Formats: sequence, C-alpha cells, structure tokens
Amino acid sequence: MRTTLPVAVAFLSGVILVISFFFDDKNWLGLLGQELKIWLTIVGGFTLLLGVVSITRVNWAAVRRKKERWEYKVLTLIAIFAMAIPSVLSPDWSIRFGRNEGSVYDWLFQYLMSPMMATMFATLAFYIASAAYRAFRARSAEATLLLVTATLVMLWRVPMGEWFLNLFPWIDIPYLLNTYIMGGINMAVQRGIIIGAALGAASMSLRIILGIERTYMGKG
Amino acid sequence: MKSTTNQLKHTALYVILFQVFINVDIVFAQETANSVFRSDRINALVFVIIFSASVLLYTKWARQGKSLFLRKIPGLDAVEEAVGRATEMGRPVLFIPGIAELDEIETIAGISILGRVAKITAQYETPLHVPVRYPLVLAAGQEVVEQAYIEMGKKDSYNQDTVQYVAGEQFAFTATVNGYMMRERPATNIYMGAFFAESLLLAETGNAAGSIQIAGTARPEQLPFFIAACDYTLMGEELYAASAYLSHEPVMLGGLKGQDFVKVLIGLCIIIGTLLVSFGYGEFFISLFDAV
Repeated sequence: MRTTLPVAVAFLSGVILVISFFFDDKNWLGLLGQELKIWLTIVGGFTLLLGVVSITRVNWAAVRRKKERWEYKVLTLIAIFAMAIPSVLSPDWSIRFGRNEGSVYDWLFQYLMSPMMATMFATLAFYIASAAYRAFRARSAEATLLLVTATLVMLWRVPMGEWFLNLFPWIDIPYLLNTYIMGGINMAVQRGIIIGAALGAASMSLRIILGIERTYMGKG
Repeated sequence: MKSTTNQLKHTALYVILFQVFINVDIVFAQETANSVFRSDRINALVFVIIFSASVLLYTKWARQGKSLFLRKIPGLDAVEEAVGRATEMGRPVLFIPGIAELDEIETIAGISILGRVAKITAQYETPLHVPVRYPLVLAAGQEVVEQAYIEMGKKDSYNQDTVQYVAGEQFAFTATVNGYMMRERPATNIYMGAFFAESLLLAETGNAAGSIQIAGTARPEQLPFFIAACDYTLMGEELYAASAYLSHEPVMLGGLKGQDFVKVLIGLCIIIGTLLVSFGYGEFFISLFDAV
C-alpha cells in the first residue's frame, strides 16, 4: 500500500496532465490539469513549515551542545525568525514591524539581504577567471584548440577585442566566428545536448508515470 | 529522358502530398473551431505514441531477458570509487540535488541518484550531507535516504539531519554550502540536478577544497562551468540515465534503449529534412514539426 498508492497517484496525475495537453484549456480535462498544478503550489506552501522545522532543529541542536562556532547558529536563528514572522503577518499590522517601506523588515531586506546576495553573485567574476585559467591551459591539441577558439570568441565579444580583430581587414574574423563557431559548431553541439536531454526527461517521465522508476520514492 | 520522367514523377508526388496536407490542415482547422481536441497538436501526439511504444517495447524485451548493450558512463562508474575515497579519508560526501523545486524533472533525477549514492554511503558507513533549497525536496530526500539505509540494513546509522534545508534564496544557499565545503572539506562532492548561476561558485569552491567532484545537469549553459571545475560531468541525457544505469536493472535499462531508438529516428528526420531543404522540397516536411 505504501508503494502502490504513490505510484497510482503519480500515474493518474501524469496521465491527466499528458492528455490535457491535447485538449482545450476550457475543457474539463484541461481544467483538471490546471487544478493539479494549483494543488502542487498549495502542497509546496504547506511544506515550507517542514523547512523551518528542519533549519531550526539543526541550528538549535548546535547551540544547545555549544558546538564549534555556535554563535553563528544563534545569528542564523535570529535572522530566520526576524524575516519569517513579518512575512506571515499582514504587511501593515505595524509601522515598524510590518513589511512596508521604512519597517525593520524592509531595512533588513534592502541593506543586508540584497547586498549580500549581490556580493555572492559578484564573486562569480573571480571564479570564472580561475576556472578559465584551468580550462584553457594548452595541455593537449584539443585544449589548445579550445584556447584559441575561446580567445577569439572573447575578443569578438568585447569592444577592444573587436577593434583588434578589425585590424585585419582582409579577413572578416567576426563574421567567421559568428557563422562557423557560434552559429555552426556551437549551435549544433548545444542542440544535440538539448535534444538528448529532452528525450531523457521524456523517457524518465514515462518510467515514473508507469511506475517502472520508483527510486525517487526510495524504492528499487 | 528517364531522369526527366523521374523528376516529373517526384514533382507530381510532392505536389499531391502538399495538396493532401493543405486539405487535411484546412479540415483540422475547421474542426478545431468546434472541437475541444487540439488537432494542431496532433504531431506531438504521434511523437508521444511512437516514443512510448519504443520505450515500452524495449522494456518488454529487457524483461524477457534480451541482452542490451549500454555504453560506459565514466562519471557514474566513478561514484563508488569517489565514495570509497571519502571512506578512506574519513571525510563526508556532499550531495546536492540541484536548486530547483521537486516539479522539475532534473530534481527528480537528482533525488533518484541520491538514493543510489545513499546506499553506497550506508554500506561503507560514510557520512553523507545533503543540503537542499526547497522543503518539498527536503521531504523527498529524507524519505529516499532513510529507505536506502533501511534497505542496506543500516537503519541505526541513519541521521535525520543528513538531508538539511539550508536556505530558500539562491545565493544564501550557495554561501551556506560553500562555507560547509571550506570548513568540513568533504572528500567527494556530487552535484546532480538543475543548477543556475551558482554552478561555478559551488564547483570552484569544491575544487579549492580538494574534493573529487562529479556533476550532472541538463542545462547546456551551465555545462562548461562544470566541465571546467569538476573531475567528471554528466551531460544532458546522462543525468536522466544515471539512476537506471546505477541500478543495473534490465527493465530500467530498456527505457534507455527505447530512448536511443527515438534518437536515431530524430537523427534520420534531421538528415532527411536537411536534404529536402537543400533541394528546395522542405516546406511540407518542416511543417510536420511545427510546435503549437
């Protein structure tokens, strides 16, 4: 029963969604398909509580046992509840503790959370440099080819590089790069990967709908 | 003379086919106005039928014991070796099932692979750490890991906090996981699922921490980052094949062969389409693949 019921639910939901794709949205089958998508959002909303319980339990256990760097866990717990409590209350229940402009929540979001996320994203530039250094080391013929191609494509993408490439008027390097590298080889490889991935996803969906693949439930 | 006759025959055949298609299309268009059935999606229906039939047929053959050849996927063969390395070093294995919700098929693929990896870590009693970004993935991940430990007879070794919800925001999640990597220095990092801008941040930090890294994603824009920073990378369809590949179950492998068969059909369609378009007869053929 513990396996049969989820497999039956997966089968019915999958079949309804697949069939509803071939019918008009206003038809009962189309409406049922849309209803299922709404259910997913509702179930997802309820499970948020699971997330809060998990994060609180793990951090609280570390604080109680005074594990290494437990002070940071206290900070995490404070941050979670400082942001979560105003989020579930009405935005204007309090000028200072609601979610409107000028509230503590707004201040935390504008001046702490957003800059921290932007900083994390910005560090990507440094990571790209170190990864590119490793990827473009000319260790073999293939790696050298990659290095030369990547250098030309990068040059073409920046104004200074474009100016440099235009120093050779007898050969239209940007055109060659655009036509043969980006629109030819690169596009063909990308499409190959996309077609393979789409078929893989369809095949896996079919295995799940038919109950052949049950590993996502911890079975098999 | 003979070639001119043949050419005329081909042209006539093409004109007839084109006329038939146009008439069928008009009839369908008229029907669509009154019908609830989306006849403009009939090509997708035909594809679904062919695809399902081939997957089911190969699965049936696999069930009957017919041997199926499957090419080696080095990234998946390396999973057990990488977990073994973590065991020898006495360090944990970090598994990230992507950062997307459970309604993404890539996340389901990641969760399926997690089940296989958890069985290996349970067998070797290696610590496993699985940070997740969504509570639904947390629930599914906990269920899968617990089942894996029960199946391996290691229920007592299972820790409920193996799978942990760490943050709902993309970069808060990344910062938490990167911090974990630098502090705990896991011996093996496995990334399987949907990744976005954080892919390189995670993979480069793992590389700096000296971990063996195996990644898999179906997003072509993130693949170069994983290829540059990881030891093994599963590309596109390999991610979806991973669970079946690791299971070694013929029934699961049958689905992969069915998928390969459809891939051959698509390849043939591409070749035929290219030739027809090159000779100026491609319109009808291309219209068969119009997506609505």
